[in-house]
Amino acid sequence: MTAVQQPAVAVSRPGPVSGSRSRLPGRRIAYAYILPFFLVFAAFSIYPWLATAWESLHDTRLSTYDQSNWIGLENYRNLLTNHFFWNAFRNTITIGIISTVPQLCMALGIAHLLNYRLRGRTFFRVALLMPYATSLAAATVIFAELFDPKLGLVNWSLHTLHVPAVDWQGSTWPSQIAVSTVVTWRWTGYNALIYLAGMQAISGDLYEAAAMDGASRWSQFRHVTLPGLRPTILFTIVVSTIGAAQLFGEPLLYHNGLPDGGTQNQYQTLGLLMYQQGWTNDRLGLASATAWTMFLIIVLAVGVNLLLARRRELRDHGRRRHASTVAGVPEVTTR
Amino acid sequence: MRARTHGATVGGVMRGGWVSYTLVGLVTLVSVFPLYYTIVMASHTNAEMASGTPPVLPTLSIVDNVKKALDLAPLNQGLINSLIVSGAITVGTVTLCTLAGFAFAKLRFRGSAVLLAICVATMMVPLQMGVIPLYMMMARLGLAGHLQAVILPSLCTAFGVFFMRQYIAGAVPDELIEAAYMDGAGPFRVLVSIVVPAARPAMAVLAMLTFLTAWNDFFWPIIVLSTQNPTVQVSFQSLATGYAPQQSIIMAGTLYGTVPVLVVFALLGRQIVGGIMQGAVKG
Repeated sequence: MTAVQQPAVAVSRPGPVSGSRSRLPGRRIAYAYILPFFLVFAAFSIYPWLATAWESLHDTRLSTYDQSNWIGLENYRNLLTNHFFWNAFRNTITIGIISTVPQLCMALGIAHLLNYRLRGRTFFRVALLMPYATSLAAATVIFAELFDPKLGLVNWSLHTLHVPAVDWQGSTWPSQIAVSTVVTWRWTGYNALIYLAGMQAISGDLYEAAAMDGASRWSQFRHVTLPGLRPTILFTIVVSTIGAAQLFGEPLLYHNGLPDGGTQNQYQTLGLLMYQQGWTNDRLGLASATAWTMFLIIVLAVGVNLLLARRRELRDHGRRRHASTVAGVPEVTTR
Repeated sequence: MRARTHGATVGGVMRGGWVSYTLVGLVTLVSVFPLYYTIVMASHTNAEMASGTPPVLPTLSIVDNVKKALDLAPLNQGLINSLIVSGAITVGTVTLCTLAGFAFAKLRFRGSAVLLAICVATMMVPLQMGVIPLYMMMARLGLAGHLQAVILPSLCTAFGVFFMRQYIAGAVPDELIEAAYMDGAGPFRVLVSIVVPAARPAMAVLAMLTFLTAWNDFFWPIIVLSTQNPTVQVSFQSLATGYAPQQSIIMAGTLYGTVPVLVVFALLGRQIVGGIMQGAVKG
């Protein structure tokens, strides 16, 4: 804040505004405007990211964080030979898939529905966003009760359908599905609105042209909506991947705030493992190594996503050009 | 499936048929039902919930259960702390991001492209990457357990800067700013009397999204705060881990801590929906 005040008068005044009129003055004052942001950013984001790498090469303890011993890559060796790490790694991937793939598919379908002219659409949109407004802590505590093996509504519903009760806490797949349900419930509506925004940016003319050519609703969706939405879809996939890789609060609170991710670690994620290593087991160095490994996994996952999207786009582009000449469906160029 | 949703085309936008209404209704129900059922769960004992047909309506015993939950977890303190934390973060974020966004949008300075690129590139770096040094920093500063430790790192976001930059670049014409300069106004005067009034809608959107995110944040607060001085999200943990013999008490506490933000959300819902959709197109 202080950086903003007076230099405004002292520094600027770029003299007579001769020459290029398009060039707006305020060269040096600009630094004063971005300084507060970059100070906070450098101190609380960039420095910690770099320092995490440094700590990961040390045997840092919470109790004695002032003197930490250099141990080189020992933490990473420790991590990669540790079955807890590989368990958490597997769980992060499986929960990540169960929680994002159905979620984004449903969001796409819901956005398509919301794109119709509906009465009371503001009501529907706000209602769909209620889960997003509910905190993950509250949502997890609520779903933990719904999935409670004895008292929960889910098992009661299964019972009335004559399906045997499921152990949503103790068994691996059911517990992972339960944790994923919390994520899906909270984020589907949000992503649907993102898709809806993307859909509304697609020109109505394209739909009219397609309808004129006799394209069905489904083929309009496939050949007009999906290609136009591709950048948005990619964006949500990347954001969801990053979110899934960091999953932490849901599995923590699903086991009453314990960082073990279930008695058999059946839904312990990497985020949870990092927390357990650092704050339960007092191994901050090891936790830092986990953090960096998570970061590398995210970079890798996002990279793979972008690569697949790029390849798909190239392939589809060729196929659509082919299809459009055959079936008369108007071609839509992807941005 | 979707091909069967009958409806007429009006100016390129299709009117929804009954199938669309049914499906959207169903989705709405799924979105809202867990919240409603929390009210039901908060007003029934374990025995009632375990009975052959679970209850579907709430009862007045919810009031009693909320009282018990308040004895168990520091929910009121949590709500006040959350208000302080989210309020401070919102004011800080909107101020700093508007300043930086204005500079990136309308001021020419050396390195602006590079700095903006850094800003955008780091939007995706996860918070978890930095929590360990951040925690140690807060411990050294003696801030661990204090609200400042939650506020400081969140005082601005790269997303906010980018969002404000995009909006200001489009909403404030260069000619207007140039005219102001011609009249002898400095950059600060331009910011206050031209940019801020024009950017008010975007600032409001950023404020709402920031407040909601800060209010619901869990990861960093749970690490740096204790249950003695929690935000409301952290105080939920003492419900879940504490000795609560009845799930109704846990549910009543969760409800008590969640209702305020849901009410605000319902009131501002239209604007927040608009903000998220606007952010999606800009981002």
